Formats: sequence, C-alpha cells, structure tokens
Amino acid sequence: MTGTAPLAAPDRVRGPRAGFSGLPLWLFVVAALGALFILLPLAAIVVRVDWTRFPELVTSESSIAALKLSLTTSAAATTLCILAGTPMALVLARSAFPGQQVLRALVLLPLVLPPVVGGIALLYTFGRQGLLGGTLSTLGVDIAFSTTAVVLAQTFVALPFLVLSLEGALRSAGGRYEAVAATLGASPTTVLRRVTIPLVLPGLLSGAVLSFARALGEFGATLTFAGSLQGVTRTLPLEIYLQRETDPDAAVALSLVLVAVAVLVVALAHRSSGSAVR
Amino acid sequence: MGFALEAAVHARRFDVALSMDDGETLAVLGANGAGKSTLLALAAGLLRADSGSAELDGRNLFGPRSFLPPHRRGVCLLPQEPLLFPHLSVLDNVAFAPRSAGESRAASRASALQWLAEVEASELADKRPGQLSGGQAHRVAVARALAARPSLLLLDEPLAAIDAAAAPGLRRMLRRVLAGRSAVIVTHDLLDALILADTVMVLQEGRVAEAGSTQSVLERPRSSFAAGLAGLNFVPGTSVPLGLVDAAGRRLEAVSETPLPAGVPAAAVFSPRAVSVFPAAPAGSPRNVLRVAVTDLEPHGEFVTVRAGHLSAEISTSAAAELDLVPGSEVWFTVKATAVTLFPL
Repeated sequence: MTGTAPLAAPDRVRGPRAGFSGLPLWLFVVAALGALFILLPLAAIVVRVDWTRFPELVTSESSIAALKLSLTTSAAATTLCILAGTPMALVLARSAFPGQQVLRALVLLPLVLPPVVGGIALLYTFGRQGLLGGTLSTLGVDIAFSTTAVVLAQTFVALPFLVLSLEGALRSAGGRYEAVAATLGASPTTVLRRVTIPLVLPGLLSGAVLSFARALGEFGATLTFAGSLQGVTRTLPLEIYLQRETDPDAAVALSLVLVAVAVLVVALAHRSSGSAVR
Repeated sequence: MGFALEAAVHARRFDVALSMDDGETLAVLGANGAGKSTLLALAAGLLRADSGSAELDGRNLFGPRSFLPPHRRGVCLLPQEPLLFPHLSVLDNVAFAPRSAGESRAASRASALQWLAEVEASELADKRPGQLSGGQAHRVAVARALAARPSLLLLDEPLAAIDAAAAPGLRRMLRRVLAGRSAVIVTHDLLDALILADTVMVLQEGRVAEAGSTQSVLERPRSSFAAGLAGLNFVPGTSVPLGLVDAAGRRLEAVSETPLPAGVPAAAVFSPRAVSVFPAAPAGSPRNVLRVAVTDLEPHGEFVTVRAGHLSAEISTSAAAELDLVPGSEVWFTVKATAVTLFPL
C-alpha cells in the first residue's frame, strides 16, 4: 500500500509559481504570438458584429430554432456520453485485459478522425442501407436525417472527451480508497456508488462539460449523417454556415453567441477541474 | 478457530505460512521488501496467491479453487495513511462499514458514535477529514475499521506516519482496542511489537526468518533483522568449543545457555554497550578482539554509536572524541566472552 502515486499532482492546486521561472525571454515572445493567434480571430468577430442589428439577428425564428436544437441535442448527447463513457473509463482505468491498449486507441479515434468521416461511418451503420439500418427499419425506426441522428453524431465525436478526462481523474485518484472500502465490507457496487464516483466527480463534471462543448460545435458528422432541416437537424453551427451564404451579418452574430457559450463552458470546466484536486 | 495462511507469490519471491489463535495479535517485522505488505494484501484479498490457502475462524478465504472477495472476508485493512474518504464527514466515514452491511442511516451513525468514543475522538464527529491532524485522522481510521467488526484486523505500519508527540497516546489506544482481538500488525518499530503484540514473526526476503512469542524473539533473536531491531550485534557462524567462527574466519568466545556441539550453525549476540573501542590491538587481552573499519557514527545524547558494518559499539562521547573517530578509521572492538551469548540456529 506504500509508494503509490499521490492523489493529485500538487502543482495544479497551487497554480503558477512565483519567483524564478528559468525560462528565456524570447520564449515569452513566441508564447505571446501563439496566444495572439487564438485571441485575434475572436476579436475579429467582435469587431465585425453589427451591434445595431444584433438583437434582431440572434432572435430570428431560424436562429432561435437552431439554438434550441443545439442546446437540447448537446444536452442529450452529454447524457449519453456520461452513461456510456463512465463504464468505459472505469474499465480502461481500473482493469487489465489483453488488447486494452488497442481498445483505448480505438475509443479515442473520433478525436482525430475528420468528423465527415465519422458521419459517413454512422450513415453506413444506422442509415437505411447501413449495417443496422435494415433491422431498425423493419422495427419502424428510421434514424438517419432525424434529431436522433444529430444526437448520435454528437455523441460519437464527444464521447472520447469524457472517457479521456474521467480516465485521467480515475488514474490520479488511484485505487487505494476503493481497497479500504472493500475491506470495510462494501460490495463493488457500493464502492462505486459511495467512493469512486464521489471521488472523481470533479473529473466527471469537467469531462461532461468538455463533451457538451464538443457536441455543441459538431458540424461535419451532423451534416453528413443528419442533414440540415430547420428545427429538426439544423443545429447552430449548420445555421451559421447556411446564413454565411445569404446574410453574413447574421452568421457573425450567431458565431459570437457560440463563442460566448464556449467561453462559459471552458470557464466551467476549468473551475470543476480546479476543485478536483484538494 | 483463529487465522491460518500459507501462500506463495512467485513474482515477489514470497512463500510464507503462519497461524494465529483467536484473539491473538501478531507483529510482523522485516525490512522493506521483505514481504510484509504482500502478506497483508493476501489476507485482505487484494492480491491473489499463486498457490496456498487461508482460513479465518473456520471459513475458507482462498484456496486452490476458491477466492472470497475482500468485502466478504471480515478482514479489515488499516493502511499506513488513514485514507479517510474525503467527501464524507468523520461520522459518515466511521458509519461507512455498518451502512455497507445494510444498517439504516440512523443505526449506523449511532454505532459510529460509539466507536468514535472508543478511540476518544467523539468531538471530531462533525469535522471533515481535511480538517484533522495526522493523529486525529488515524484515530478516526481505527474507529472506522473497528466499526466493521472484523474477524481479523490488519494494521500496516500503524504509527509510522504519526509524529513523535502523538505516537504514545495512539499506541496506548491501540493496545486497549487490540486486546483480545485477532490482529496482524506490520511494523518497523520494536516498541510497537513489544507493546501491542503477543507473538512476533520476522520476514526476510519473502520467507519467515523466525517466529515465536515477542519476548523470546527479542531476547534471543535468530535473524539479523530482529537483532538489529533490538539494537544487538548478531554474528552468524559455525560453533566451535566455547564459541563460534564467523564467515570471515574470526573467532568469538561466547557463553551459551545450553552446551552446543561443535560444527553446527550458531549465532553470537551481544549488546553494543558491552563493546569497548581501542585505537590499537590491546595486548594480552582475555577478550574477543575484532579489527574493524568504522562506517558510521551516530551521536545520541552522551553516547555515540560506532557502526562498523553489521557491528556496533556504544561508547561515551568523550571517549569517541579522544579516539578521534571518523568513518574509515581502523579500530579494534573488544567484548568480554561473558557478555556474548551463543545461540544455535
């Protein structure tokens, strides 16, 4: 029981350290350029927004429908991610079996896969001509080009974010509390419910927030697998892309809305991962 | 009844058998890596043995074709660090085991309060684990373990992480709650073994080096680890008339309680206080004379422990200053034959 990893990396708790950094000066310049590269385009949106028309643009019927659809489908996708991702993270972090490394790599594949490819893969799984499509069709279930398809596409791309951050939290927490709980007479299910999940709750929350953010921004897989039908499958990113052709001002205004939501989400994720370590 | 285990774990070169009576407390001593933690993990069910079996109060814990999971064993592990669940209050930590056993929230909290009183920590009930000192957290961890009403309690270095000021109180508390309870205590500390345990087992490289009543092991240590714990010098060798010859061919005269035939494995044990240190070979001495190189000097108070490899001498600080000792100095250790006890191995 001795010599195991500490519960969490203490560096993250204390934040930036004061005093000698040991970094060369030019490094700060390059780092500043990198930061600028991210911040400048965001500023460009803010500058480009037509503030007099802004309220009207973001409250148009199609905008509201898209925003509503985005929020509800992302929430549903996040729920699916938690339900499917938590057991996966637990199995990957706490058990050992042959092929585990390969499985982990495959689970994380959607992170690096182009979303369009993910959409095509989903289409040939759940689409009418897909692997399961025929079976589902005879059951009267038609998934492709429905709101369900949007949720599935978002879940597909967002799941790795939850698995990754929860697995990290589980690994840094270690299994020592669970071992003690088991010798105190708690069954594996009780240990999971009363010890493991509460201990990694901050990691689970930050993973859920990241998944939500990824689902909210999902475009390629959604367009391929679900299409772009107003009120049914046209989420905010699809609406922005469509508006760009006809009304660039509306596209910019909606983009700012997404930026604001993203900033909020990142702030939330940062807070919950900050409190993960005590 | 009681606890019996015999198990081998090949990857850790571990092969140990032990048995304990009901209500007996066993101290397991040994250096780091000797297999103490492996023993606890096997008993608790956190590690599977390659072969062997264990029984607790007539129940089979594991065997060639059986394995009882940790939560069904009635074996509770008290780790070196308290590992109180940080998201639960002290009271709910102690109530964890009764609650897991299916008691109602109210009943489990009531029994948790009793156990907190038992370890003199009632006033901590409403605190969070993060607000406790090391000693307080340890008391709560003991209460939490006792609340599980284990048939066997395992304590991993119970006082190692406790500061010196809090240790005596905790040791007294442990002595009280362990009386009449079946427990295995892994420890480095001789005092823990003396005060808390009825019997002692010394592990060395995954094997039982010796076992017996605490007093007999400490008075007549057979393994270098137990002798080192007791602060005694331990020289293994082969018996000759009136003494032994060690592996380096040095002859030590010694007295033995029972006459030993020549040529059997034996050990000479003597206290560092019985050793005198000389800068040159003392002429015509009737004593045992050992030429050694000083490896280390440990001052404590008015005395200095002069270490030379496995041997040590305790001399006054002024004598050490007079001898001008530094690590590397060549000196002669002398000890009277009557101060050396010879044991068969």
